[in-house]
Amino acid sequence: MAKTKKVIMLGNEAIARGAFEAGVKVSAAYPGTPSTEISEYLVQYKDSLYCEWSPNEKVAAEVALGASIAGSRAMACMKHVGFNVAADPAYSISYIGVNGGLVFMVADDPGLYSSQNEQDTRMVARAAKLPVLEPSDSAEAKEYTKLAFEISEKFDRPVVLRITTRLAHSQGIVELCEPCANQDKPYVKNIGKNVMMPNNAKPRHAVIEQKNAELALAANTMDINRVEMADTSIGVITSGIPYQYVKEALPNASVLKLGMVNPLPKELICDFASKVDRLYIIEELDPVIEEQVKAWGIEAVGKELFTVLGEYSANMIKAAILGEKADFAQPAQAPGRPPILCPGCPHRSVYHTLKKLGLHAAGDIGCYTLGAVAPLSVVDTTVCMGSSISSLHGMEKAKGKDFIKNWVAVIGDSTFMHTGVNSLINMVYNNASGTVIIMDNSTTGMTGHQDHAATGKTLMGDAAYAIDIPTLCRAIGVKNVISVNAFDLELLEKTIKEEQQKDEVSVIITKTPCVLLTKGRKPFCVVDTEKCKGCGLCLKPGCPAITKQADGKVMIDDTMCTGCGLCAKLCKSGAIRLVKEG
Amino acid sequence: MATRNIMIVGVGGQGTLLTSRILGGLAIEAGYDVKLSEVHGMAQRGGSVVTFVRYGENVYEPIVEEGQADVIIAFEKLEALRYAHFLKKDGALVINDWRIDPMPVVIGAAEYPENIIENLKEKYNVYSVNATEEAKKLGNSRVFNLIVLGVAAQHMDFSVEQWHKVIERTVPPKTVEINKNAFDVGYQLVTE
Ligand SMILES: Cc1ncc(C[n+]2csc(CCOP(=O)(O)OP(=O)(O)O)c2C)c(N)n1
Ligand code: SF4
Ligand code: SF4
Repeated sequence: MAKTKKVIMLGNEAIARGAFEAGVKVSAAYPGTPSTEISEYLVQYKDSLYCEWSPNEKVAAEVALGASIAGSRAMACMKHVGFNVAADPAYSISYIGVNGGLVFMVADDPGLYSSQNEQDTRMVARAAKLPVLEPSDSAEAKEYTKLAFEISEKFDRPVVLRITTRLAHSQGIVELCEPCANQDKPYVKNIGKNVMMPNNAKPRHAVIEQKNAELALAANTMDINRVEMADTSIGVITSGIPYQYVKEALPNASVLKLGMVNPLPKELICDFASKVDRLYIIEELDPVIEEQVKAWGIEAVGKELFTVLGEYSANMIKAAILGEKADFAQPAQAPGRPPILCPGCPHRSVYHTLKKLGLHAAGDIGCYTLGAVAPLSVVDTTVCMGSSISSLHGMEKAKGKDFIKNWVAVIGDSTFMHTGVNSLINMVYNNASGTVIIMDNSTTGMTGHQDHAATGKTLMGDAAYAIDIPTLCRAIGVKNVISVNAFDLELLEKTIKEEQQKDEVSVIITKTPCVLLTKGRKPFCVVDTEKCKGCGLCLKPGCPAITKQADGKVMIDDTMCTGCGLCAKLCKSGAIRLVKEG
Repeated sequence: MATRNIMIVGVGGQGTLLTSRILGGLAIEAGYDVKLSEVHGMAQRGGSVVTFVRYGENVYEPIVEEGQADVIIAFEKLEALRYAHFLKKDGALVINDWRIDPMPVVIGAAEYPENIIENLKEKYNVYSVNATEEAKKLGNSRVFNLIVLGVAAQHMDFSVEQWHKVIERTVPPKTVEINKNAFDVGYQLVTE
């Protein structure tokens, strides 16, 4: 294939490019940092492929499965915790194998830049008996994506392409290639292979064990499992981004770089181990390679020296192996700068009201998780998508109706469509009485503003039916469904108080768009310092655009303020005035 | 050439991504290998964000570590303070003289440090600019980051033509002129 052009690409962009070059026909995904941009970059190839936002990762995995069974190359993209949601189909798709190549793009988040846990997808993939490829830069991200489809079809295995935040969100140089010719295969009816009932699954289990064994054998001679022999006093087995840290830290060491981390190339590893004096295994998160290598009786040093927490770095490896400490100045003492709700965020107004009423919130995942941060500190729990509603229900069943009279569940619109709706069905079915607030900002805010089933637009930019959340709630059987503007403080407060007292399920939808959905100069507020008494009422909701000055009076940063008016409504002296502009 | 290490630090939403894209484009333009690492997601919501850019003959690690940065471009003072120890001994610390209070300061749980720039000057080669004020003079306070970049460009080895070419390619077409002007303001500014 003729190489055409060198460009700089984000890891996720390179994966999208690789999928295009591999002739992918269908991609389904649910957003999740750090995987989101794969789909956003894939859209540019929409003339030659179909891509969608599915409501959740389980659905996405099944959409991809269907496309594969039909005979096309297909993929599903998600973050690590999304792979848990997709686990049910993934474990059994593993038994079915593929027709058109099938790849799960799964992004881990060592260092927890934007996640609720730090799990290692290689563990999950091993449990599901899925092969795993792991690239270490953008160029490899593209090539491994293509290879993943080839391996998938050659060995009849769905393949996981595992990346981490550092790869997903790093840019590097990539050489573009032409897309390959049409890869489509005919559909073949094969009940024994595609219908997973006990009598079929039993023999399929044996088949996939056999296929994985064949793949493990082939792994010994794959180009992506590469030995870089140098000084043999130190040998390192590594893969993915840690490979880059190893090359930086130990330029003279011998390295076995694994491009495929499941199944492992046993012969290659044994051979490499026998040629070096001291063997290190350097992998972020869990000792997935290490435990297998040690189980083969090979002596190696791994997690004795290296943590299972967070990201690695070259300095860390140098310090651990060579005892060389990096030389740098003491870090200064500086107050932290945690993420916060944007100025003008509608969630702030809702949380301010909940706080005023002294309520607890069973929380969920999204920008609105930041309601757990001071000064709001309203959110008591956050676990996983959809859990706010079901955990509130559990509290009621444990402690009774009265216990949850000062509780609500809060959930975003995207999260409600993801899995929250199931939990609401459960509340109605099991005679619950709780109050659920759906903070509908018309987007998936946290991950960078993606559309979903209730926004009226698809990933490919087509108009779609916007599922009406109030109608959906009523259809499930919720009798009390009320929509309120998040900034209508009086009505919001009154509504929450009333619904709290009812002995039935209530859903309050605070429908106000995310402030970042509209571009351009926004209106802003100004403080009349003559009128400002320095009482601090306006500061209570914690908007970052408004700060107290040395003289006790407040000042609004007009480059940050979006003119939501929340602070103005709270001011009893009429000192804050909205300036209409833009 | 030894690998050059640049860091861009600031507050989520300040446009660090645009700046790093320009730097990445420049390195390619000049024929180097380049890697850069960005922050997306949760931290972008007003949190402290850092971007790494590395270019040279052959770049492995996509991050810059403590004591390695040739240039740090800080869009906000407190962030300059937070990351200053990433600077090499003779590195340049370019600071936008601008204050954004983090939430712990807003709610009175912490204090915004006094005299950040003066104190940093005692230890590092600091070049400060009130880019937001300069940008207002140009009629658009949002182009402050190109002004800061212009100041930083004085400490890097690309030509003005190369900068202009990459800015033209990277920023939205309608904003090319103002961004180039902003860059020039920074590039010509005498700072200390
Ligand atoms: C299973 C799973 N998939 C994806 C994510 C990534 N993620 C975090 S919050 C979120 C959705 C946020 O949208 P929404 O509920 O509308 O709230 P908003 O951020 O707009 O306030 C997503 C997709 C996740 N944490 N878990
Ligand atoms: S992105 Fe939107 S929903 Fe998220 S904090 Fe900002 S304004 Fe609120
Ligand atoms: S109007 Fe007040 S609360 Fe709203 S963004 Fe501006 S300063 Fe913040």
